[in-house]
Amino acid sequence: MSTPPILTLRGLEVRFPAGADWLGRANEHVHALNGVDLDIRPGETLGVVGESGCGKTTLAMVLIGLVRPTSGTMERNGARGGSANMQIVFQDPQSSLDPRLPVWRVIAEPLHVQQRGRLSRAELKRAAGAAAAQVEIPPDCLDRYPHEFSGGQRQRIAIARALISEPDIILLDEPTSALDISVQAQILNLLNDLQRRRGLTYILISHNVSVVRHMSDRVAVMYLGQIVELGTCDEVLKTPRHPYTRLLLESVPQLGVPVGFDAVSSSTELPSNRRLPRGCFFRDRCPLAREGCERPQALLTATGPEHRVRCHVQALSQP
Amino acid sequence: MASLLSIEDLTLEFPIYQGSVRALNGVTLRVEPREIVGIVGESGSGKSVTAMMVMRLLVEGSYRVRGSVTLLGRDVLRAPEAAMLELRGSQVAMIFQEPMTALNPTRRVGGQMVEVIRLHRRLSRARARAEAVALLRDMHVADPERILGNYPFELSGGMRQRVLLALAFSCQPKLLIADEPTTALDVTVQRQVLLLMREKAREKNAAILFITHDMAVVSQFCDRVYVMYAGGVVEDGPTAEVMANPRHPYTRGLLAALPDRTGSRGQLEAIRGSVPDLTRLPEGCAFAARCPLAREACRQRPPSVVTDPAGRHRAACWAVQEEVQTP
Repeated sequence: MSTPPILTLRGLEVRFPAGADWLGRANEHVHALNGVDLDIRPGETLGVVGESGCGKTTLAMVLIGLVRPTSGTMERNGARGGSANMQIVFQDPQSSLDPRLPVWRVIAEPLHVQQRGRLSRAELKRAAGAAAAQVEIPPDCLDRYPHEFSGGQRQRIAIARALISEPDIILLDEPTSALDISVQAQILNLLNDLQRRRGLTYILISHNVSVVRHMSDRVAVMYLGQIVELGTCDEVLKTPRHPYTRLLLESVPQLGVPVGFDAVSSSTELPSNRRLPRGCFFRDRCPLAREGCERPQALLTATGPEHRVRCHVQALSQP
Repeated sequence: MASLLSIEDLTLEFPIYQGSVRALNGVTLRVEPREIVGIVGESGSGKSVTAMMVMRLLVEGSYRVRGSVTLLGRDVLRAPEAAMLELRGSQVAMIFQEPMTALNPTRRVGGQMVEVIRLHRRLSRARARAEAVALLRDMHVADPERILGNYPFELSGGMRQRVLLALAFSCQPKLLIADEPTTALDVTVQRQVLLLMREKAREKNAAILFITHDMAVVSQFCDRVYVMYAGGVVEDGPTAEVMANPRHPYTRGLLAALPDRTGSRGQLEAIRGSVPDLTRLPEGCAFAARCPLAREACRQRPPSVVTDPAGRHRAACWAVQEEVQTP
């Protein structure tokens, strides 16, 4: 990997105070992120998958600067020198677009902020029109309000807003979860298209494994605030090594593969992130748990050159 | 044997200012005893409204309806409210998408379960509580006593849905209507809840009417499937058959739009355009404006239903009709 990473995360941890004693001091913490190390390469799409409560959204909030990490560092190296510019597309365009602004102002707002208000109204409107054209929103609709658009069109508007300040990285936080399947396909095509044309870097956060598989170059699997498996899309999703990744992939519904009558198990609960488990976080649910799992696990190199697994059993054994 | 549930040509409109929203447009659907039937469709296709009409849960007077719904031999649209009350919960149970809103947040789970059990069966409080424990244990809940003492917000989403499933099965229903029961759950939990639901339905001889937007879930759990679009059924048949040989262009489009079937970064075949406005449905086929096979006839007359030779796989489409006639 000769190109330097565009974004480097080291030992990122986030704790939120929870519960309070009689003086109002926090006596408990929610451990949302527990040591995330990640390099993001320019031009790639990194998929982040995991279930609710695994810290994917907290990670997005830290990346975009809405949450300050408790510890750890984040370094951004822009392609054009200086700090990389980042934008975000949220899950639900219904609530992420200001209902009281006409869409050209919704789209142009980041540019207005970036240029510190130096651009005139006409210039902003022209820029919004250009951004809207890229996401195939007709220019004559720009004076309408967000509620006049369908869900798919609103998500296009959200993407146009992310594009207008010419970011290096776009953070996609569940970009299609609120959309129907036919519209999801349109948005995924558009995102791929834009990436090809503009050399964007995507960080795609999703619980939908099919979407991540379709879009990503590399995939990180998160569990309880840690990355448990990291590698190329094929490595992680075709030959998963971590027992949690395997459980996750087995659970994903697949077209035309009838499910057998296997036994229903009773423990499917995620451990609490108030009090972190000792040793490996997945130990209680792990079919491979054995001696050595009571020690904290590090991300170890597995078989492939890029493949990392946070499991001492699976990292050592050959496939 | 008579169908458990039979819906014939059901049309439903909600009057609005200067017009009406046509939510259902001639839906015909059947559920046989012990069958798991899926209804799949995108938002606004009318799948949830269909489920609501089976139990007649919509506010009386808010809608205009034509057609018929026959549930366990009873005419749902004309039955007195007292008869519906008797049907709901005992013979037919329903579970919803968001288990948090289906439970009372201010009361412990135990009290709520006892209340429902005693509503349908003459049991003492203590006996009903013992029954609740047994029901939860039956749903593979490891520690039922503790769950009964908890408030709904203390439980995980999967556990709440297990509580509701336990209640749904408490009166030996003949039909369980499940409206997106796992959409709010994570995939690992979803799988468990789906397996559990199917296991219990088979065990207790109940049929399931399963409403979802997820084609993959339907293909894995349902015996038969109805595909809905803009208030009408566009295709129905045995699940494996519909998934392997979809006949209606909309079903084909839905399957092609899934990322699973296209290679990494490949162009997905999106269905162009968006769903029609339900206040102004077109004269002809509702899908014509988005259909790659549409022709003049499609825009003028509503499509007739074509049945395959075996009589199990149906599609409502003029183009399919022509395919059949000119082999």
